Amino acid sequence: MTGPLKSTPRATEATPMPRTTSAQTRFPQAPRPERGAGTGRHLSFGQPHLPWWAGWLVAAVSAAAAALLSLTLGWNIAGGAVVAVVLFAIALPTWSVLVESSRAAKDRLVTTLVWAAFAIALVPLVSLMYTVLANGLGVINGQFLTYSMRNVIGQGGGIYHAIIGTVLITLAATLISVPVGLLSAIYLVEYGVRNRTARTITFLVDVMTGIPSIVAGLFAYALFALFFGQGVRMGFGGAVALSLLMIPIVVRSCEEMLKLVPGDLREASYALGVPKWRTIVKVVLPTALPGIITGVTLAIARVIGETAPLLVIAGSTDSVNTNLFAERMMTLPVFIYYSFTQPGVPAQFGQDRAWGAALVLIVIVMALNLVARAIGRTFSPKTAR
Amino acid sequence: MSASTAVRKPRQRVGDRVFSNLTRLAGLAILVALAAVAIFLTLQGLPAFSAPSDKLGGAANLATYVLPLVFGTLLAAVLALLIATPLALGVALVISHYAPPRLARPLGYLVDLLAAVPSVVYGLWGLAFVSVRLTPAYAWLEQHLGWIPLFGGPASTTGRTILTASIVLAIMVMPIITAITREIFLQTPTLNEEAALALGATRWEMIRLAVLPYARSGIVSAVMLGLGRALGETMAVAMVLSASGVVTFDLISNTNPSTIAANIALKFPDSTGVAVNALVASGLVLFVITFVVNFAARWVVARSERTQA
Repeated sequence: MTGPLKSTPRATEATPMPRTTSAQTRFPQAPRPERGAGTGRHLSFGQPHLPWWAGWLVAAVSAAAAALLSLTLGWNIAGGAVVAVVLFAIALPTWSVLVESSRAAKDRLVTTLVWAAFAIALVPLVSLMYTVLANGLGVINGQFLTYSMRNVIGQGGGIYHAIIGTVLITLAATLISVPVGLLSAIYLVEYGVRNRTARTITFLVDVMTGIPSIVAGLFAYALFALFFGQGVRMGFGGAVALSLLMIPIVVRSCEEMLKLVPGDLREASYALGVPKWRTIVKVVLPTALPGIITGVTLAIARVIGETAPLLVIAGSTDSVNTNLFAERMMTLPVFIYYSFTQPGVPAQFGQDRAWGAALVLIVIVMALNLVARAIGRTFSPKTAR
Repeated sequence: MSASTAVRKPRQRVGDRVFSNLTRLAGLAILVALAAVAIFLTLQGLPAFSAPSDKLGGAANLATYVLPLVFGTLLAAVLALLIATPLALGVALVISHYAPPRLARPLGYLVDLLAAVPSVVYGLWGLAFVSVRLTPAYAWLEQHLGWIPLFGGPASTTGRTILTASIVLAIMVMPIITAITREIFLQTPTLNEEAALALGATRWEMIRLAVLPYARSGIVSAVMLGLGRALGETMAVAMVLSASGVVTFDLISNTNPSTIAANIALKFPDSTGVAVNALVASGLVLFVITFVVNFAARWVVARSERTQA
């Protein structure tokens, strides 16, 4: 849509710039900027430009052509949309080449492609949300949220056991990750400035964020199999696996937040004779607290949907299990996986439950994300940026 | 304390010593955990080297068991990146340079939402929606482009092919690449951009001359981080892919290569004895691959930060 030199000042007819006059002497035929074209998009420098409505016109024409084609040839909406975008991406640059220049045409082509990429990226988001909502909304009711799957065949039952398992395992993972992650972040920011250990830790924490979740699950299994023998299944193992994934996220976000605390605060505290550790605990941490809570909440949102490690170490069961240290424990993601891939007979009910559980899980994750952002925005110190 | 001396050393308080050692301990615990992952996986994986072939799904030894899986893992991840990278760069450019500033932040949130969706939900969606919708496309590909070995077919009637898995993977990886690249695009010095514009560059020329060269190493590392993620992604592949563990470049047929992570997720719950050790050993291979990829990506980032500083 927009052409080059967007940020140049407006040329209005009331105050013609000298450059315009010289351009007009060079190109006597060049029209004076029209009212539409001159409204601030760019200086024309004497070069002809497509009118501002060119993009809309081409879009309308290509959409109409694609609609006509898909009606006559029987394509579906997706096919028609693709054709419309392709037509647009061909027509507008072609027109631009004829009227403007090849450089402007290339610019318009890239603009089209970039926005098309963005639109394509949004398609899965919309489609996924719609699919989950459409399939899951009808399933959720009081019974679904408060009953377990114990002795349920066919219709009925619920995800109570899975919710309990998810909450307990995630809570345990948080209890492991936050102290370790926060203390490490304090070490990195406050004590380990520019020493080799701190640099190694920072680097390896970054590398650790890329550990595949299934490997974390296998690690927890390998660790607990040493103590409890082969075939061990335990909720706490899931917590260990999740904390392996969670610690790097917590460290990174806490580190960023601690770095934001102004050095003046620390120095003021030292000047009053407060020891360093009390300065950290009483001055630095409270200042950074909202950011730390935001980071931890986001980390929880990130691991609460992890499936693979829990599939490996926490296993699956139909009953409520509130003991983290014994027996299998169901979690929401694992429930979704098994309900959909092994729904039982008839398949309808199991798959419905999977969609319902998926909706519940998405709502939990989104809620955590929103809460995190709300905390971050409400309590964050107003730093100038 | 005794009387003051000429050179006064700062008094090390007990609280300080305890606290600083505590934090150092926590930092070292992370290193220990990382080492423990490698050690425990090796310990549990070792028995698989002498495993009989019936425990290895018919493979003669561990290498012939793992190699097809490595092939599938790499194939799916590379395909996913081929799809995700252009999209991610486009989205990042929209957010950083094309969208009106007021819109940029909400658009960024939308993309972050994609990253927040749990992988098992992607799997569910991929299995129930994407693969079904892609089935006619695969039939079309086989009919019209069947002469390309990639689309040799016979086209899958369920749509649960490695291409479907890669598309779902691409959607999951895209927000990660986008998040990193858009930060780097935004860090381009404004002066460089304005200088390009002042010389008469169009917006695309400005991006090509000022933004992309500045962001090159960042893009490379973002893509590698996305690769690390795609290599290790489990549930989406395990649910979408109808795997038979073959080695083939045919992207749309019923017989597809499996990936390490998906293979573990599918086989682990029902495995016992040495079969478990074999799965752990394949997990160790995955760990090494992703570790190397992530290590390289972070190294590129660290190096570019050093040269810019």
